[in-house]
Amino acid sequence: MGLTAASTRPRKRLSLRQREELDFYLFIGLWLVGFLLFTGGPILASLLFSFTNWTGLTTQEWVGLENFRKLLFDDPLFWVATRNTFFYSLGSVLLGTLGALAVALLLNQKLPGTTLMRVLYYIPSIASGVAVSILWIWMFNPQVGLVNYLLSLAGIPGPLWLGSQQWALPALILKSTWAIGANMIVLLAGLQAVPASLYEAAKIDGAHPWDEFFNVTLPMLSPVLFYVLVISTISSFQILTDVLVMTQGGPGTATLVFVYYIYQNAFQYLKMGYASALAWILFAIILALTLLQLWGSKKWVYYEDQAA
Amino acid sequence: MAPPLTRPPLPHTQPWHQKRSVRKGAHAALVYALAVPGAILFTIPLLWMLSTALKEPKQIFLFPPEWIPDPLLWGNFVAGWNDFLPFNTFLANSLIITVSNIVGNLISCSLAAFAFARLRARGKNLLFLLVLGTMLLPQEVTVIPQYVLFTRLGWNDSWLPLMVPPWFGWPFFIFLLRQFFMGIPRELDEAARLDGASSGRILWNLILPLSKPALATVVIFGFIGNWNNFLYPLIYIRSMDKQVLAVALNMFRGAYGNANYQYMMAVSLLVLLPVLVVFFLGQRLFVRGIALTGIKG
Repeated sequence: MGLTAASTRPRKRLSLRQREELDFYLFIGLWLVGFLLFTGGPILASLLFSFTNWTGLTTQEWVGLENFRKLLFDDPLFWVATRNTFFYSLGSVLLGTLGALAVALLLNQKLPGTTLMRVLYYIPSIASGVAVSILWIWMFNPQVGLVNYLLSLAGIPGPLWLGSQQWALPALILKSTWAIGANMIVLLAGLQAVPASLYEAAKIDGAHPWDEFFNVTLPMLSPVLFYVLVISTISSFQILTDVLVMTQGGPGTATLVFVYYIYQNAFQYLKMGYASALAWILFAIILALTLLQLWGSKKWVYYEDQAA
Repeated sequence: MAPPLTRPPLPHTQPWHQKRSVRKGAHAALVYALAVPGAILFTIPLLWMLSTALKEPKQIFLFPPEWIPDPLLWGNFVAGWNDFLPFNTFLANSLIITVSNIVGNLISCSLAAFAFARLRARGKNLLFLLVLGTMLLPQEVTVIPQYVLFTRLGWNDSWLPLMVPPWFGWPFFIFLLRQFFMGIPRELDEAARLDGASSGRILWNLILPLSKPALATVVIFGFIGNWNNFLYPLIYIRSMDKQVLAVALNMFRGAYGNANYQYMMAVSLLVLLPVLVVFFLGQRLFVRGIALTGIKG
């Protein structure tokens, strides 16, 4: 009897462990199937497409690196799209992050009305999509739009905005800053996680509020700030709806951005192979930028648990 | 025993208290002086949208603009919605797709998130890396081959390309829920497991009831994302009677927008309204969900 007990107990424990493993694969099953069908498979297919001249209609031919050669050396629009996207990204990430940081610092105070103001700053960031793109077409109306009206109050004659080669892309950047509320919420959460004891210590040391900001707040906030920068950069490279609704890449090629160029090639010109190559270059750029930020972050992001 | 008092006494009675409260007042004034104009600036586009929606055509082109039009044409909402395109159909379509996708996401993502948070298995870390990796992957890389796949399956001009994938999980939600589940004390479900509860039972009876903020976050983000989804219906749906609000709104803009700003703003506002309502209903839970998982959309 003692013998059977000894021999069944390990087997039972093993089967519990196996049961858990089985559960694991059952529970992630839907995701795993979805990953293989809708993400993993398509990624491989996309990579293959990018080496073909497939148009979606004709039979596809293997063209090797031709698509990439053409993109890099033979397609001025590719460089226009790249330049526009970098310009948009730089503008919207800088304004978006600094703006969100400023608002978060202002509203991270226990003063009456700050909760209401947080909501007011936050609402525009959830009000996204086509409806908001349409609102901003109206906002940027050169004759009677609100933006130029406000500028006129300050005595500044407003530009044509979306109708101007020079101002269309800055207009899209300006529009993107309306949505800083999402970053603000994350930064506020980060600010509230800074231990009060650090501020008390700074006060006791007689630190000026300015020193307090640069020596306590900023270092403690830097991991969150880094997260905000990375996510904002990634999403700024994927701007599409605004361009589809507000400018269609124009006037001329003033707002031709990367993803819009992919969309045009794939779904308007049906150059699936060429568009896939573009998508992979976009992915490479995003990955490179993320890695660059990760590498750069070692110099300025402070992680408490790694501090010596 | 050491005396419990270690803090210096609060400066209630000290002379510099006076000075400090003055400084505090100046500080508050500065905060308001900077934050209030900004808050107004962030709010007026929506107010202006409403103001435009209530105007007659001739009032729209007044410069400087009139903030509260006279008369207030509330009928613009009805006319814009009914007189041009079948917006009731689009609304029904958007609702069906959005609700179904949220339910699909909740089920598939909480299952996967529970597995990643609680169950031990070989290959788990590698698979979780895949979840994280696909979070960073731009959808542009998969949208073209997906289009080819769904077209081959004959799913073009149907809701299937929009409605099937959400039942197979969404990496961002899996990550968000997993982070939240990890924060729930493990002792709770280990006790239940010793009592013989199955994984499904632990998830359903224990973890999910404790995860309302995270689930609310999924519902709100899911609602906003699906409601506003523009690219997928744009490339897949051709028939008018299957179209969704986002694409229909842009069609409306293209066909009638330039001459009818009041209707365009009225309809846009109606399309935006459900997003705002969902946000306000779930706001309390939602903000806690973000704060606890440190995530944004």
